[in-house]
Amino acid sequence: MLSHLPILQVIVPLLAAPACLLLDRARAAWLFACMASFISVVISGLLVFQVHQFGVLSYSLGGWDAPWGIEYRIDVLSAYVLLIVSGIGALMILAADTAIRTEIPSERQPLFYVLYLLCLAGLLGIVATGDIFNVFVFLEISSLATYALIAQGRDRRALWAAYQYLIVGTIGATFILIGIGFLYSLTGTLNMQDLANRLPALESSATAFTAFAFLMVGVCLKLALFPLHLWLPNAYAYAPSIVTAFLAATATKVAVYLLIRFHFSVFGVGFAASVLPLHSIFLVLGLVGVFVASLVAIQQPNVKRLFAYSSVAQIGYMIIGIGIGTVTGLQATLLHLFNHALMKGALFLALAAIVFRFGSADIRHFAGLGQRMPWTMAIIVIGGLSLIGVPGTVGFISKWYLVLAAFERDWWLLIIAVLLGSLLAVIYIWRLIEVAYFREGEGEPRGEAPLSLLIPTAILALANIYFGIDTRLPVYLSDSAAQMLFGGGP
Amino acid sequence: MLAGIYGLLSASFFVSMDAVDVAFTEAAVGAGVFPLLMLTALTVAGRYEQTVHRRPRAAFFLVLVTGALMIVGTLDMPAFGSLDAPAHTHVAARYIELSPTEIGIPNMVTSVLADYRAFDTLGEVVVVFTAVVGVLIMLTPGEQRQQPSPANAVETMRSHMILRVVSKMLIPLMLLFALYVQFHGEYGPGGGFQAGVIFAAAIILYAMLFGLVKAQAAIKPSILRLLAAFGVLLYGGVGVVSFLTGVNYLDYSRLATDPVVGRHIGIFSIELGVGITVAAAMILIFYAFAGYATGRAEAE
Amino acid sequence: MLPELYNYWVVIVLMMIGFYIVIVQGNLIKKLIGLNIFQTSVFIFYISVGKVEGGSAPILAEGVSVYSNPLPHVLILTAIVVGIATMALALALVVRIKNAYGTVEEEELQERDLRC
Repeated sequence: MLSHLPILQVIVPLLAAPACLLLDRARAAWLFACMASFISVVISGLLVFQVHQFGVLSYSLGGWDAPWGIEYRIDVLSAYVLLIVSGIGALMILAADTAIRTEIPSERQPLFYVLYLLCLAGLLGIVATGDIFNVFVFLEISSLATYALIAQGRDRRALWAAYQYLIVGTIGATFILIGIGFLYSLTGTLNMQDLANRLPALESSATAFTAFAFLMVGVCLKLALFPLHLWLPNAYAYAPSIVTAFLAATATKVAVYLLIRFHFSVFGVGFAASVLPLHSIFLVLGLVGVFVASLVAIQQPNVKRLFAYSSVAQIGYMIIGIGIGTVTGLQATLLHLFNHALMKGALFLALAAIVFRFGSADIRHFAGLGQRMPWTMAIIVIGGLSLIGVPGTVGFISKWYLVLAAFERDWWLLIIAVLLGSLLAVIYIWRLIEVAYFREGEGEPRGEAPLSLLIPTAILALANIYFGIDTRLPVYLSDSAAQMLFGGGP
Repeated sequence: MLAGIYGLLSASFFVSMDAVDVAFTEAAVGAGVFPLLMLTALTVAGRYEQTVHRRPRAAFFLVLVTGALMIVGTLDMPAFGSLDAPAHTHVAARYIELSPTEIGIPNMVTSVLADYRAFDTLGEVVVVFTAVVGVLIMLTPGEQRQQPSPANAVETMRSHMILRVVSKMLIPLMLLFALYVQFHGEYGPGGGFQAGVIFAAAIILYAMLFGLVKAQAAIKPSILRLLAAFGVLLYGGVGVVSFLTGVNYLDYSRLATDPVVGRHIGIFSIELGVGITVAAAMILIFYAFAGYATGRAEAE
Repeated sequence: MLPELYNYWVVIVLMMIGFYIVIVQGNLIKKLIGLNIFQTSVFIFYISVGKVEGGSAPILAEGVSVYSNPLPHVLILTAIVVGIATMALALALVVRIKNAYGTVEEEELQERDLRC
């Protein structure tokens, strides 16, 4: 059984989904989905161990070795991201039963869990595979599930947001398909390792350049890199709150993973630099994204939208890390994958509690929240501090490494820019705190969040602090991954 | 209508490119499923549009850049049809050379689809499954909307006597053809997906001519849901059986004492899974759209 | 070199037409048609890559020695299925939007949201 772990990681949620369809009652479906999610976390934990002990894990599907068959390939980076995605998936599903009660009609709830499992399986499949066409297939599985999930929001604008995301997402996926086509016509293979071996010889080919360009743009659409981010605020704001929480903490991370995978493993670090000033592009777009998104966030009356724009800004930081072009920079990005998942996971889940009580996440509802929902508000404060990058939280760790990377390159302007970005975050977080603690609540108090929502949220919030202090696990994993990607370790 | 023509044109192009399996699928999908879905959506959304275009100049520029980029990309590509292009000499060459002996079926596309790259095809079935669940979660009537009443039978084409008589002969033939395509997929163009679509088309034809209510009474939605899930589980299950025989996921070599026979069993089973899920999914999607449209018409 | 690549270029033009329609069209359904054209031309592109001069369909037959490449066919079969799945979902969305808003024109959608 242990040798089959790589495929089990994806097969468990993948086959749990149709099985879940057979259970017609919401409660049963929920419990079943919880079980599948928990098994997934356990598997990803075991995979991290295995990679640590044995190095890269290679699994030939169908018994056909790569490149004739499809290969699943788990290295430090994959194991790391698998852990993040499955961990978040498991925590979110715990809260889902309560969270969707007010947002999705009961006859549709079993279908919700089926889609949730499909989305999870799709995301895990993207990370675990070593075959580039397989990436496309599982990307579409997760995307289709996402479109349907987003459309379940109560507000009719959710339908429109889902449609927009569908158009943008399908264009992105088709771009990726075009990139794969070009790569295949050049090399005759679909296996990412094999491609990596064959591409250096073709570095000067215009076709390779085009393939790279299309793949990059396609992935950046999914990432919501500025200016390709326009679908994200609507999608996050109008989707059911638990869907937003899940997506904000996982989907964009997987897209960043894909970017890193294409950039480093398939094409090689040198390639991008030689054909395009890609690192400069990333630095510029990342910075602009941070500023524009943070500025827009400050003005948002709907807190879900506010945090959505904040997510675009955080993705900007991740891209800056890649743009710096050093091991430390990449490590900062990888750390932020983990940390942002914790931050936004906690924040959006807390928002889910507020939506549960109040019906929406408008900032008016925040008035007096410090007294009415003290635990939930405390969690938001912790998440907010993490976003800003206060020492003692995970957000600080990411920003620290980013600054360190910039410092290594003597890029003082960049350091100042990152600090300014944090300052902007202070503004929009302070807005929330001010309304919550220094204003009187209006109307009837609605009570604290139910325990079933509060506990997973609290776990995430505490993780923000725990990993901000005991940084060994994420730092070790991100360091190994960054070294490996640059051509160092296993 | 245009969509249907476009689909058929693409299909003929595919045939000329020797891609017969793809042509078959494109014909079924592009000239069958897609126009059908479009028509159903149009009944709800209205046939005419107000021609308002937004930002044509920016869009034109963007399209020009993308197109130019693609053309640049083709400049270094091997010439169209050349024999020694890397695309043909690397992985594909092995498929062509060895699949007759390793897998033992003449249709190489099926060999690759159902064996060498069987996991991708599992993904494909899951995509179909995801789509049907997505459509169901969006179009299943809530508590307010009722199921289409028997009064709806008036809406069916009762007056179209010729169609009804002809279809009574045609539908069983279509179903039979679907089964043929399903099981013959290893020897000629065809396979699970195409068979599923044809099967669904037969049932949809029945529903269009004899009424949604009668069709749903004969082929119940609840059974279809079961079947849609079952197909995926069957496919995935074959892989699990592979575990039990001690090899990797979806490795069929130990399903029988002779590996080649084992592969035949494996391919047969998964194609069956594909066919079942696709047929169930297509019919369910049609039911969902038709039921929604009728429900709305009643509510108005 | 040029005449041999013209095949690809025609496909690219088709692709760009589809892409253009997606961006420019205000009607949600027409957008989807553009998307469909865009996707289908990508499929045609792939299949062209797989064609071998003088080859025949990749089904084992007597007397045939050269076959066209089966791998792109497999990939495109899957891509077609993915495309139709996306379309089905997209059309379901459009139908729901029409029900919720009363229109499928992008401009009117935004207008009606602002009014609320």
